[in-house]
Amino acid sequence: MSRRFSSSSRIFAIAGNTFTDLVRQRVFLFLLIFSLMVIGCSALLAKFSFQEEFQMLKDVALGAMSLFLSFFAILASAMLLPRDLEDRTIFTILSKPVPRHEYLMGKLLGVLTMLLLSTLIMGGLFLTVLVLREQSVLLETRNSFVGSQQELASALAEVRKSAFNWNLIPAMVILFAKASLIASLTLMISTFATSGIFAILTSVSAYFIGHLQETAREYWLGGVTVHWWSRLFSALLALVFPDLQAFNLSDDIVAGKGLPLDVFWQTIALGGVYTILYYLVACFLFQKREL
Amino acid sequence: MMRCVNPLRVLFAILFLGIAGSLILPWQIELQHLDRSAHFRSATLDLGLRERVGQAAFIAALSGFRAPVAALLWISAHAAWEKTEWGKMDALFESVTTLQPRVLLYWDIAAWHMAWNARASALQDLTQPSEVLRERSAGHYVALGRNFLERGIKNNPDQYLLYESLGRLAGTRESDHGAAADAYAKAASLTNAPAYLKRLAAYESSLTPGREREAYERLLSLYHEGAQQRVPTLVTRLHEFEQKLGIPKDQWVNDSVSSYPFYPLKAPK
Repeated sequence: MSRRFSSSSRIFAIAGNTFTDLVRQRVFLFLLIFSLMVIGCSALLAKFSFQEEFQMLKDVALGAMSLFLSFFAILASAMLLPRDLEDRTIFTILSKPVPRHEYLMGKLLGVLTMLLLSTLIMGGLFLTVLVLREQSVLLETRNSFVGSQQELASALAEVRKSAFNWNLIPAMVILFAKASLIASLTLMISTFATSGIFAILTSVSAYFIGHLQETAREYWLGGVTVHWWSRLFSALLALVFPDLQAFNLSDDIVAGKGLPLDVFWQTIALGGVYTILYYLVACFLFQKREL
Repeated sequence: MMRCVNPLRVLFAILFLGIAGSLILPWQIELQHLDRSAHFRSATLDLGLRERVGQAAFIAALSGFRAPVAALLWISAHAAWEKTEWGKMDALFESVTTLQPRVLLYWDIAAWHMAWNARASALQDLTQPSEVLRERSAGHYVALGRNFLERGIKNNPDQYLLYESLGRLAGTRESDHGAAADAYAKAASLTNAPAYLKRLAAYESSLTPGREREAYERLLSLYHEGAQQRVPTLVTRLHEFEQKLGIPKDQWVNDSVSSYPFYPLKAPK
């Protein structure tokens, strides 16, 4: 019997199914918490000066975005294979002429679509609240300002400088790249995990280790005199895990620093390379796995 | 129950990741250097910070949530300010600025709270009966404020704002007009610095004994920059120095305060 769909159609069918499944699980309810957090934060911070208010609003919103996206990425990816095994849907899919790497690719794309949509919704909400607050502060400044036109223009420019800046967009793109990497890493872990809980716990550990990878790398390459096994352990951590601190640029971006284009593209590329790498390892592990 | 993957396969996977990791490693190191040269990832999270902020906040900071932790600590510092707990504020500011060393606002406001508010509070502290001790305590807070600004400048040497604040602190809180003039001059030389900083540098020079000639030259140079710099204070001080330094009358600037373009002010509502 000839295959009815091309390879990409099969992948997109699985991806669409995975995405629909995640939506049905009401993962987007988390976004409600995010919106409450951003709006609540904006109201709470109104008693500070506008510079402090905007600074903290951006800090909290981008921090919350990073937290929610990482959370989504781990939970959604860790439960994909265990749930399919539990529901036995995996047997229905893999008994058809669907290669395992296509199955994994479909699953990963489904999660990435969900992460992309979440990033867009959270980003849109955050920027809307930020711009609305900016407009409100600009209006207050215009109405209450006493001074020359030149001084008023300078005061308004100061408000605009403190609120929205275009660097927030690449900051959010980098958060998405980090979440994609985590999703791929978690998918890889779930291919050899014995249960969903195990996959979640191991992925959370990998998340923390990833943030300490830079320290492990410096410890390994720094020439510190330590036991050989200690050096070996640091080397293993530095080589196997990604450097997640490389994706934590939003802390400095909200401080008003311009993100150089080469830093942005290299960070995105690093995220992409790790996402592909972990996907390939996931395929290798899943290929011969007994179901 | 799920069956396990062949352990040998897991071992191969780890080996493969190790080899791939060793290929990516030079890139990661280069990216780290690139980030640092662009002043990213410059915060140092050490054990001192862990002791100050507690384990939970420290782990959060390590996990990429430096900015939200700093924001929460800043709110705590604001609450401490409302209770005038200056020592607690100082400790919280230390933590916030360690977590977010590139946020100028945190350094600037921390310095302002210490050198202005805490100082004023110390001077009015009637529980301290000795005037000398009150002055000493006030001086201590001014020094803390200066320390915040100096460390902030060390972390952000390309930004004019903290130099400006340092100039203000030196001029108004320490009465060290020479240092204030130098700080304002440095601020004025940096990118995006507003034009008034040059005037402030000149004014502070004019208040520094022994720097009269330098002050005169600065004021004159500003005067020649055009109408925007010819504000009443500048013109008045220039005339003072022309007389004080015995400048020949034919070299005096032909100006008066009234020639300054007057901007009508909006009446307060």
